[in-house]
Amino acid sequence: MAHPRVLVVGGGLAGLAATMRLAELGIDVDLMSLVPVKRSHSVCAQGGINSVNALTRQQGDSEWKHLDDTVYGGDFLQHQPPVKEMTDWGPRIIDLMDRLGVPFNRTSEGFRDQRRFGGTLYKRTAFAGATTGQQLLYALDEQVRRCEVEGRVKKWEFWDFLTPVLDDSGRCRGAVCQDMVTMQFRAFPADAVVLATGGNGLIYGRSTMSMVCTGSAVSRAYRAGASYGNGEFIQVHPTAIPGADKLRLMSESARGEGGRVWVPRKPQDPRDPRQIPEAERCYFLEERYPKYGNLVPRDIATREIFDVCTTDGLSVEKDRLCVYLDLTHIPRETLDRKLGGILEIYEKFQGVDPRAVPMKIFPAVHYSMGGLWVDYERSASGGMVEGAARNQQTSIPGLYAIGECDYQYHGANRLGANSLLSCIFSGLFVAPTLAAVAGSGATSADSQGRLFEAELRRQEDRHRALLARTTGSENPYGLHQELGNLMTRTATVVRRNDQLAAAYDEVCGMEERWARCAVSDTGNWTNQNVVFTKALGDMFPIAKLILKGALLRDECRGAHFKPDFAMPGLAATDAAGKRREAEQWCDRFEANTRRWLKSTIATCAADGSPEITYQDVDTSLIPPRPRLYGLVGGEAIEEVWKERQSAAAGARESAAGRPVAAGA
Amino acid sequence: MITAAHGHDGDASHEHGHIPAARMVRVRVLRQDVAGGESYWERFEVPYEPNMNVISVLQKIAALARSRDGRRVAPVAWDCSCLEEVCGSCTMLINGRTRMACSALVDRLVEEDGEEIELRPMSKFPVVRDLVVDRRRLFRSLERVKAWVPVDGSYDHGPGPRISPEEQEDAYPLAECISCGCCLEACPQFTKLEAVRREDESEADFEKRRRAAFDSGFVGAHAISQAMLFNGHPTGKMIADERLQALTAPGGIQMCGNAQNCVAVCPKRIPLTRSIARAGRAATVWAIRKLFDR
Repeated sequence: MAHPRVLVVGGGLAGLAATMRLAELGIDVDLMSLVPVKRSHSVCAQGGINSVNALTRQQGDSEWKHLDDTVYGGDFLQHQPPVKEMTDWGPRIIDLMDRLGVPFNRTSEGFRDQRRFGGTLYKRTAFAGATTGQQLLYALDEQVRRCEVEGRVKKWEFWDFLTPVLDDSGRCRGAVCQDMVTMQFRAFPADAVVLATGGNGLIYGRSTMSMVCTGSAVSRAYRAGASYGNGEFIQVHPTAIPGADKLRLMSESARGEGGRVWVPRKPQDPRDPRQIPEAERCYFLEERYPKYGNLVPRDIATREIFDVCTTDGLSVEKDRLCVYLDLTHIPRETLDRKLGGILEIYEKFQGVDPRAVPMKIFPAVHYSMGGLWVDYERSASGGMVEGAARNQQTSIPGLYAIGECDYQYHGANRLGANSLLSCIFSGLFVAPTLAAVAGSGATSADSQGRLFEAELRRQEDRHRALLARTTGSENPYGLHQELGNLMTRTATVVRRNDQLAAAYDEVCGMEERWARCAVSDTGNWTNQNVVFTKALGDMFPIAKLILKGALLRDECRGAHFKPDFAMPGLAATDAAGKRREAEQWCDRFEANTRRWLKSTIATCAADGSPEITYQDVDTSLIPPRPRLYGLVGGEAIEEVWKERQSAAAGARESAAGRPVAAGA
Repeated sequence: MITAAHGHDGDASHEHGHIPAARMVRVRVLRQDVAGGESYWERFEVPYEPNMNVISVLQKIAALARSRDGRRVAPVAWDCSCLEEVCGSCTMLINGRTRMACSALVDRLVEEDGEEIELRPMSKFPVVRDLVVDRRRLFRSLERVKAWVPVDGSYDHGPGPRISPEEQEDAYPLAECISCGCCLEACPQFTKLEAVRREDESEADFEKRRRAAFDSGFVGAHAISQAMLFNGHPTGKMIADERLQALTAPGGIQMCGNAQNCVAVCPKRIPLTRSIARAGRAATVWAIRKLFDR
């Protein structure tokens, strides 16, 4: 190849950030997307983007505390150096997006305004109305359009990534892709390929994700040999608007701006919610979590809402589970200014004004914490080494992953407003790595013609075979619905081993049935039927690794909740009893940490089934500690835990020959 | 239109102890198999569900892949992605009006228009297939007006300029443009341009010719509004003159006939006519200044 060239697949925040910076570094970029990049799923992100800022800093906040909140919120399942690098970059990223013209909300003095999000006590979240993701994406889209005019970027919109192409040594040399309009195949030789293809919510049928979030590109990389990390960790957003075609997000910012979640104390109270007096309302989050109130981390809010409807039977409606999310105590003009966009969505799709009437909401699948396993080079200071070849590289050399489709930043649970940061960060940060790889010349794909020819033939044959399947007994859309219902029932908020095991077998059965799917469109022009059928086929391997990972992980961590393995709060009421139980609780916590504080790594076996192994997590910066949000007896546990920590620190210091500080 | 599948009134048969017949939604779709091909009508019927939108109707049509008279037909092709009116994909003509399919609720369509729901592709863009159109020209307009902030690069230079809440509140509505194309569909001055590749023409030559055709046509309300968004930004305005030059070139703001259809159909209620008025004034001032600068 005459000039270094990188293929970026996916044009959301991560893909666009990478493209912009690659172009700046003088690398030619092919940017591929299922949709015009301006229409990517990042536009749906509403609430904001987290970073330490001048204001919170003066209240005692720091990058370190943002790191701490992120790993604590994620139940310590993420390697800490990448998170440290990300939170260190936070302020610079917000500044950059500000310079690119993102219309962040302003204070009266003209500074960026900030709001508070879940899982932190600081107002760390910068926002642009209630469409922050849209505004961030547009700013990057505009810069990439400028690069395109200058000839450094070529866009391939309405193209489907079919497979990475590997050479005999197993290195990625490019990809084979398909034009979804003409249905033509094309080889894309590249010095590096980076996937920025987002989450896989469509595996759950209806979710808050866009129709393009099938996870197909990631599945294709997985089947080509890339490992998948922490698949079982799927975030269920606590507040979504139930709908027939999708579950529309109601942003956490609704609670950040003072929204209160409640149910009538009387089950299915038929009164207009506005007529129900305060005393007859149960503000269950505020009652159970006085410190964080309505802004507990997402996994906890989700479980509590789920629980109050299912276990306590307090759902607002009988046939459709939901709770109230109430904004009606906030002045209309404040709501319009700060939350206008999301309130319009509710009004438009439900036909009810949420400024006047409490909204009805229920949890929905929202984000994939898991994704392609990627590597990183740890720096001496505990962050990442910029430009190192390993950063964001999948287990296939030359194939990289960034944004929601990597597994790296959010552990067992993502904090609100951290995803936009991780997407932009990983996009910007991977660029010097790719530039170094592409510029080295060592990976030139010139002599790989035969590889691409063989792969093109394979894909064309597969496509032709699919088009010829006109008489099968299965309907791909019906099968997708079945898969979604099964996954939603068994692998979301509450998980049980018998159900997970049965669901795994059922998914295997569905995968066999997929082979009998009939295509209803046999044409070779904008054939959405065949594109969907292929993507559906790619959902099964990922569904299987989600289920198997969940089945094997016998504990509760972040979004993964198994009641059979939950660690309940303390039952004792007397001091001695509390103390004894707290000691036992901490013993069990330590044992569980040794056993389960590990990344789940899935690799695709020859028969397509997932093989699961575990990898230790780098927790060298912040030692894991119990996540005690609102647990009964939490103070007693915390006391015991702190004693143990200082005893351990004391032991380390005396082993190092230094005196133990008095009063430690 | 919603009817009982077998011609019975659902509630009446229920009273007599029968199972109520399923209510059906009827749709008429203007189809086209390939770019430049003939168009034809096809009718469909799918089971009604409460709170349905046009997207869920099309999803059901895709699953069914049969016309109302029972023939096996290819599913209707259409664009969609976010389904919450923020990605701009699913623009089409629904009962003759240009709008997003995701926010078009079946109950309301039936209530307002009665008859079966009519779906047609946008008429100002070349049809790719069925309801899918090629909107590349819309994005090309954004290049024409340099709709970006001309930053030095992505290296750290501290925060952007201070901006008052009033300026932010002025800019934000313009920044919400989802590039759906509704304003262009409704504009009398924005006419369809369909370039077809000649047999002897290379891909690059065709691309060049198409681009030239795009650049001769009206730039459109969305792009004028974006030009005003960036001309109002403290850094963006550093190339304000270049944007005004583009807006006064052929296909620029002088083509606007002030029909004001654009602002009426915008799903995001962007004050497009205000942007156009501002652009008109700025272009006039700029043209006069240029005259004297010679």
